[in-house]
Amino acid sequence: MNDEIRTSKLDELRVVHQPLARHDAAEKIAGSTRFAGDLAYAGMLHARLVRSVVPSARLTRRDVSRAAQVPGVVAVLLGEDVPNNEISVDVPGQTIAVGALKARMQILATERVRFHGEPIALVIAEHEDALAEACEAVEVEYEELPVISEPADALAEGAFKIHEGGNLLAEWRIDRGDVDAAFAAADVVIEGAYATQFVDHAYLEPEAGVGWYDDDGVMNLRVATQVVEHYRDVAKILGVPDSKVRVIAPYVGGGFGGKEDMTVEPYLALAVAHTRRPVRMQWTRNESLLARAKRHRNHMTYRTAATNDGTILAQDIEIVSDAGAYAYLSALVLLYSSVHACGPYRLDAARIRATTAYTNNPPTSAFRGFGGMQVVLGYESQMDELAKWLRLDPGEVRKRNALRRGDRLPVGQEIITEVQLAQTIDAVRERAGDKPAPSGPRKAVGRAIASNMQSYGRLVWLNDSAAAWIGFQMDGSLTVRCGVPDIGGGQASSLGQIASEILAVDMDRITVHFGDSALNPLAGTTTATRQLLMSGNATYEAAVMLRDQLLGAVALEIGEPVEAFAMTPAGIAGPAGTTAVTAALQICRRRNVPVEALGTFFGPKGKEVTRDLDGERLFPDFTFGTHLADVEVDLDTGEVKVLRYIAAHDVGRAINPLSVEGQIAGAAVQGIGQALLEEIVMQDGVNLTGGFFQYLIPTAMDVPDIEAIVLESGEGLGPFGARGIGEPPIGPPLAAISSAIADAVGARPTTLPITPERVLECVERGAPSTSPAP
Amino acid sequence: MNDERFGVSTTLVVNGRPVTRSAGGHVTLLRWLRDEADVLDPKYGCGEGVCGACTVLVDGEPASACIVLAAQCEGAAITTAAGLLGDDGEPSPLQRAFHEHHAAQCGFCTPGMLMCAQAMLADGTTRSRDEIREELHGNLCRCTGYQHIVDAIEDAQGAGR
Repeated sequence: MNDEIRTSKLDELRVVHQPLARHDAAEKIAGSTRFAGDLAYAGMLHARLVRSVVPSARLTRRDVSRAAQVPGVVAVLLGEDVPNNEISVDVPGQTIAVGALKARMQILATERVRFHGEPIALVIAEHEDALAEACEAVEVEYEELPVISEPADALAEGAFKIHEGGNLLAEWRIDRGDVDAAFAAADVVIEGAYATQFVDHAYLEPEAGVGWYDDDGVMNLRVATQVVEHYRDVAKILGVPDSKVRVIAPYVGGGFGGKEDMTVEPYLALAVAHTRRPVRMQWTRNESLLARAKRHRNHMTYRTAATNDGTILAQDIEIVSDAGAYAYLSALVLLYSSVHACGPYRLDAARIRATTAYTNNPPTSAFRGFGGMQVVLGYESQMDELAKWLRLDPGEVRKRNALRRGDRLPVGQEIITEVQLAQTIDAVRERAGDKPAPSGPRKAVGRAIASNMQSYGRLVWLNDSAAAWIGFQMDGSLTVRCGVPDIGGGQASSLGQIASEILAVDMDRITVHFGDSALNPLAGTTTATRQLLMSGNATYEAAVMLRDQLLGAVALEIGEPVEAFAMTPAGIAGPAGTTAVTAALQICRRRNVPVEALGTFFGPKGKEVTRDLDGERLFPDFTFGTHLADVEVDLDTGEVKVLRYIAAHDVGRAINPLSVEGQIAGAAVQGIGQALLEEIVMQDGVNLTGGFFQYLIPTAMDVPDIEAIVLESGEGLGPFGARGIGEPPIGPPLAAISSAIADAVGARPTTLPITPERVLECVERGAPSTSPAP
Repeated sequence: MNDERFGVSTTLVVNGRPVTRSAGGHVTLLRWLRDEADVLDPKYGCGEGVCGACTVLVDGEPASACIVLAAQCEGAAITTAAGLLGDDGEPSPLQRAFHEHHAAQCGFCTPGMLMCAQAMLADGTTRSRDEIREELHGNLCRCTGYQHIVDAIEDAQGAGR
């Protein structure tokens, strides 16, 4: 077995793998969890942004004098008031020919705005009423510039330049094998074009935070964030040493990638630095929908070459994504799209061309699935069409082509853990039984499956690491400290379970301190399905070190070999009986053995990418799964009802099965929302979906129960053999739902969301399916 | 600025405790509770009565506190999630069911969800899962996919609260 895999045996687990109620839920059900916007200080000020009302313009006048006169207003800041008003992100792997290597954006726009909602001025006031009045009183004059809405227009010869370096932000290429020869030799070629939409994270907690200077002059920001390490970015903006900024992440009211980039942080910091008083900033839902980065819409064209038995020979794929007005993480999201583009299948030849371009749409960046999910619509639609064309069973075609350990992805990365894709396919179909009958004469029922793979852990060349500290209290209770932000997935609770397992301390005697960049060891971002892998392994290592310290001290004391001792809930069991943990801690004290340990886990390493991706390991590993959807289509109205939804994933080992089911159900429903309902609608750069009346996410009535099937191969790179599960289940719904509709009505929807209008177009194109489901 | 901000004195019985605060006539119940009365469990999620994160019981009826003016509620009994706790701070059977079924992930929608669920339990009707889902349609959750919430409510109503 690969030495990166830290597997576990089920019968040896005591706390891990138990469906425990999460410790953080006690406060949440009492309503007493203090979220970022719930904190208040005496003398606290309030801050709000003045945002651009147009998508593309030169700013010819910004006058804050009238706003500053509004009673209660303390200050109105412009870009000129920001110590370092420009932040930049690296655009890896690109050459000078492909635009800037560093993409720049301003904290407050001074000369030019590039999207509807871009921040221009920051108003700080004693109370909310003054804020509203003062924001109205800030005078901004715009000289409107051309608006580019489509990446294709942005990339056209002579297009208006949104940024000085041009509109091409990044591109990636993968070339493996002889694609042209494979297509020439193919028995069958499947072609299709697929389009996904802008999607909003729509967590229930809008962006919020409170900032203040502490008694040591350190800027404290307690904010809803997935990344406490943004303290470094804030320090740069303020022009102070990194050690002078602290970011605290309380329990976050949902993240999904939307709180991965900075939101309120720079503005809170500016307001606090300027006024020297505590400040609170809470974005409205409208601000959140307008201005926070969205999921990329992808335009994808696929060609698949296969033999008559359903073996895939090659794929030829083109992906164009809309980066919106600023770079954020668009280049990396597109890299994920490229690497995941062929899905969980083995093929000898692939040609992938991926491009992302600036437009005057809202910026796009991280969102659960991070580019690896949009492509599921592409590769699984192709797979379904291939099966249909060859009259083969869709499950069998997928199994025939499924990746196995030792296979290489088109990018060259070798799969090093067991792949249970076939088992997930069998599991959902076995659970599903027969396809249900339509409920009426003008209804059609369709069934489809969709499989996927999604990486967990960050890109290996980023040299990821995470640290966790565990200390015994002298009464035998346990303190875990880890910088991990808990965004609702049970991140902190899982660390408690891991520590409990190894150190045999009951969960209710463990406290996990999380989400603090100053007082806890840094664990990196709660993104990329990496925290169980990273801080989970760091906690595991710290716990093992601490356990060995205690066992070693007791072994010396008693004079028996250390191998003769083990941690048990009753204490340290040895040949001559059990030593209570409190007694063992006293022994440690006497013998100068630390009763705490710091564990640091380093992720796998790799070479930095170049635009032409070739041969290297890019990700730690992947999670595989299959979903099955039964839908009923109303042939007259185009309404789609999801009758049944089953989702199976191999999670390696479920640390907490209830949390795993929660991740699968939540992600599947979010994916169903993207498939059927959700879209940030832009018209010439103006966002028409500025509220929850316009931007529709699934309600309890829109979705059925998600039947989660949790498979455990015991092989993942996380603690106890766990794989990440936060992101993987969000991709398959796009394809499972659209393929099920295709099965029902005989024609495939290829553009998301699949609105009733689009369903009716399919009903017109295809005769309702009368053939039995395969 | 405008003095009428502090013009309207309103008394509400919040979780059994009478609270009197003066605030502008335009101040919503949500803002009144959070900013004036320091009752923080109702959450701001959308400000237009769509998401349900601010759901409280006004004289036993669920209402979106973000689209009700505080002054309109003069004298009303307001119940929030904290009001479901027993005198000893123990969670109610409904809250316990939410805890045990993992009905709270991020927990931001939870206080509002609980109030919607409490109103369901209060009328004594035993609902099917579909009926529970129908009642919940005004309370959005982005984490759970709803089913653990439905599980919890089903369990709580089965237990006769």
